[in-house]
Amino acid sequence: MPDATDLLNALVLMTNYVFVPALSYGSQLALGALGVTLVFGILRFANFAHGDLMAFGTTMTILITWVLQANGITFGILPTALLALVPAIAATAIVAILIDKMVFSFYRKRRAAPVVLVIASVGVMFMLSAIVRFIMGTEDRRFTDGERFLVRALEFKKWSGLNEGLAIQTTQAITVVVTLAVVIALFLFLNRTRTGKAMRAYSDNEDLALLSGINPDRVVMVTWIIAAALATIAGALYGLDKSFKPFTYLQLLLPIFAAAIVGGIGEPVGAVVGGYIVAFSEVMLTYAYKKFATYLLPDQWAPDGLLQFLSTDYKFAISFIILVVVLLIRPTGIFRGKVL
Amino acid sequence: MYLIGESMTGGYGGADILKDCTVGVEKGEIAVIVGPNGAGKSTAMKAMLGMLRLRLGRVVLDGKDITSFTPQARVGEGIAFVPQTNNVFTGMSVEENLEMGAYLRRDDISGTMEQVFTLFPILKEKRRQLAGELSGGQRQQVAVGRALMTRPTVLMLDEPTAGVSPIVMDELFDRILEVRDTGLAILMVEQNARQALNIADRGYVLVGGENWRTGTGHELLANPEVRKSFLGG
Amino acid sequence: MSTTAKDTDPKTETAEAVAPLPTAVAQKRQSPWRAPLAFLAMGAALVAVGMFQSLPVALAILNMSLISAVMAMGLNLQWGYAGLFNAGVMGFTALGGLAAVVISHPPVWEALSAGGRGMALSGVIVIAIIATTAFLATALKGRLRSLAIFVVIVVGYVVLRPVFGDAVNAIEAVDPARTGFIGGLGLPITVAWLAGGVFAAAVAWLIGKVALGLRSDYLAIATLGIAEIVIAVLKNEDWLARGVKNVTGLARPLPVPYEIELQQKQWFIDLVSRFHASALAAAPDTAAREVMLRQMLIDGASSYVKIAYAILFTVVLLIILALCVRALNSPWGRMMRAIRDNEEAASAMGKDIKARHLQIFVLGSAIIGIAGAMMTTLDGQFTPGTYNPLRFTFLIWVMVIVGGSGNNLGAVLGGFLIWFVWVEAEPAGRLIVQLMSSNMDQNSALYHHLQDIAAPFRLFVMGLVLLIVMRFAPRGLLPEKVRHS
Repeated sequence: MPDATDLLNALVLMTNYVFVPALSYGSQLALGALGVTLVFGILRFANFAHGDLMAFGTTMTILITWVLQANGITFGILPTALLALVPAIAATAIVAILIDKMVFSFYRKRRAAPVVLVIASVGVMFMLSAIVRFIMGTEDRRFTDGERFLVRALEFKKWSGLNEGLAIQTTQAITVVVTLAVVIALFLFLNRTRTGKAMRAYSDNEDLALLSGINPDRVVMVTWIIAAALATIAGALYGLDKSFKPFTYLQLLLPIFAAAIVGGIGEPVGAVVGGYIVAFSEVMLTYAYKKFATYLLPDQWAPDGLLQFLSTDYKFAISFIILVVVLLIRPTGIFRGKVL
Repeated sequence: MYLIGESMTGGYGGADILKDCTVGVEKGEIAVIVGPNGAGKSTAMKAMLGMLRLRLGRVVLDGKDITSFTPQARVGEGIAFVPQTNNVFTGMSVEENLEMGAYLRRDDISGTMEQVFTLFPILKEKRRQLAGELSGGQRQQVAVGRALMTRPTVLMLDEPTAGVSPIVMDELFDRILEVRDTGLAILMVEQNARQALNIADRGYVLVGGENWRTGTGHELLANPEVRKSFLGG
Repeated sequence: MSTTAKDTDPKTETAEAVAPLPTAVAQKRQSPWRAPLAFLAMGAALVAVGMFQSLPVALAILNMSLISAVMAMGLNLQWGYAGLFNAGVMGFTALGGLAAVVISHPPVWEALSAGGRGMALSGVIVIAIIATTAFLATALKGRLRSLAIFVVIVVGYVVLRPVFGDAVNAIEAVDPARTGFIGGLGLPITVAWLAGGVFAAAVAWLIGKVALGLRSDYLAIATLGIAEIVIAVLKNEDWLARGVKNVTGLARPLPVPYEIELQQKQWFIDLVSRFHASALAAAPDTAAREVMLRQMLIDGASSYVKIAYAILFTVVLLIILALCVRALNSPWGRMMRAIRDNEEAASAMGKDIKARHLQIFVLGSAIIGIAGAMMTTLDGQFTPGTYNPLRFTFLIWVMVIVGGSGNNLGAVLGGFLIWFVWVEAEPAGRLIVQLMSSNMDQNSALYHHLQDIAAPFRLFVMGLVLLIVMRFAPRGLLPEKVRHS
């Protein structure tokens, strides 16, 4: 039987390598999926440009961070990028509204089939990704500053006397806190305010919303502002946590879509839950449990292999498998989203 | 008349569906449009709502020509419409449905909501429930309630009793009579012609997009031609 | 109920802005010269590149254009004929590339003897798992079924993992710097083109089984996912095709010679000398003439090889084009379009829509697979690390939409035009940058930054072209012809 220390070590190990990373990655996915699901609910198309909108928002955040840093403005122990978020969101929202006015509104007014808007979003994706590369180039960029760790592995070991260290990066903590705040704010907005309710009504039944005097242009504009805000926050948090590389955002599209569909597309709650489901599945299935098992099992049962279900290179496969399973068993997703 | 569509002629781009069709309603009155399938009943109502472009003719509300108004603008002018299907926000609570009905209003809506609850007591009981979880008859009540929230002067109903049981239908008609007595003009397209004409102050029988017979509800019910052609004797 | 009024509700009546359009939509009769003129202009553009830039560049563009045209035809079959949104073109292209390796590379006997048996055993186990699962899926019901399938998969995985792992380690240990994979069958590479089609078709069948019949965006997202998985497998399963270590030096198809050998051939030397007779005659002395001829031989051999490829690809393109045109005009093609234009009506007429969609999805993917194999053949190497969705999926989409979805000639034109723009956008971007920065301080940060934006310039142009065509010529450059059947 493993003793209490072993159990604690195993627990810390899991927290450090599975729970904390999955929680912050899941938060980033949840914010991304919220954006996708809102655009889907209101504008009724799968926005393939959302990944690049995230990249664009992050680009704006980085630019403004540099400007702030150059002027000696920092945010104490927190990353300066958090200060830069607000103007970055404004800039991204303006761009998103401009894109809608120049591209999407044309097809919406003619009530084109959703798939036409999807293809238009591919065009937008190309152009946004080009603009992001114009500004940032293609190399890796780190833009985090301030205190790097909230909890350091070594200090934790010293404090607890355990073998296993627990490290929590500031960015991870910020990601979770910011996500929580954003999600609560969004839900209050959707359920308590007049405009939020109008958005829900429009998503629920467009014709009846029009008959009730809800202004569709305003709903669409607010939707893009929120989508841009969510994309910027999600992208910036992801960039802070890992690093900024333009093409990774296109790759994030798949887990984000998977999260939105798993939760039930068009359903904000579903998007959040879906984000965490995808993230936890990815991290848990690609984690090597060898050390974890050695803590819990008697020595003679210690495993030889890594005890890893899938190599980390296959994390895309996990979002995909979750997606397929949900499509087969419950195409409307966990929270019964829309199926047209 | 308070609201009148005069000599309406037009269709959805192709051939004319309405041909010189006139339909109107006075305040405190129920006007009912009946007729066989494909007679253009719903089209006539949609034309008055502005969901269809008229080639000829005009729509006048309280002496004001509103022919060029969009449907939304007509809602602002005091016309409320209850579509036949998809007439509630299924994912929102009953109360939120009513709030959305009053979206254009900036004043206190609690009084109007109380009135709707007095008219449809069941809605007060289920105010926190999602509209999508209600029965067919209850949903119709939500739909009418939502329309009343704008405090309209004209209420248009597209086949409000389609697909509800006869008992629910009678109750719904009773409620509609109560609404009329508050002074609203009510224009209704109905499939259940006999029952509808029974409560109608004014009836329009359309055939092929044209006015065929017009009169009070009881006149039409008594008219042997009308009885023979489509009330089944 | 006034049904007539409902049926003509303005919402259901409005046409889609991009093809596939209902064939009933009235349109202007287009000039019969439109297609020939478009292709003529395209040819002129290529000739211009050959004259003003360089012949090898023009030929390289031509070859990739031919391959792109085939890919676009495959996608056009799915989108233009059937309205299926395939966002996984990249995966099917890569499967074609894998086929080129698996078919044409000589077998690595050492690796096979080291891990071949383990690999074969793994294959048997996988088949056993699938067969048992399939059997359980039909034999059992409800919760028991899910449980049984779950148990089978878990047990199967536990059994498979060590067998497969050992085999992989054994294979990858064999001379990892040069091989470290099982190799292929050593057959002529042209066979791989067909095999590429088969590989892609098999995967398309699987994905189609799952995702067809759901709404169109779901198919898009599912195919987007499968493409990423295919690439992940190809990058990481080194035993299969060396992963990111790449397989290079693939054999060429039979009629295409190697440059070095060609330069030694007397008939080729004669041909080149005769072709450049006047230039050679102008040389001041024999030594200079010798040097001149040397260079001409190198250039000539390179062009000769490219032309040989071009002829081969043209043959394939024409065969597939002929088949596609025939298919489109056959009763089958008419039925496909009928389903695309009005699924409900077609379904009411007793058409099995899901089966038809599966058919066309598999066929289209197979064509993309063939093109993928052709591309790897042209490159002479298989490099899984270079596949990315913008270039290999969405660029093909731009080709189809710009060319004219539903029209095979449109897809071919789109393939040519868009590839041309894609290649030429980079030098154009560089030119613009030069003009912009000509008066700038060469040491300034902005100057250096500007030098980097030439490469993404092509992405910008692609997006712009797609959006402009969608807006102002929504049916593409060569719109689908409307037939009244």
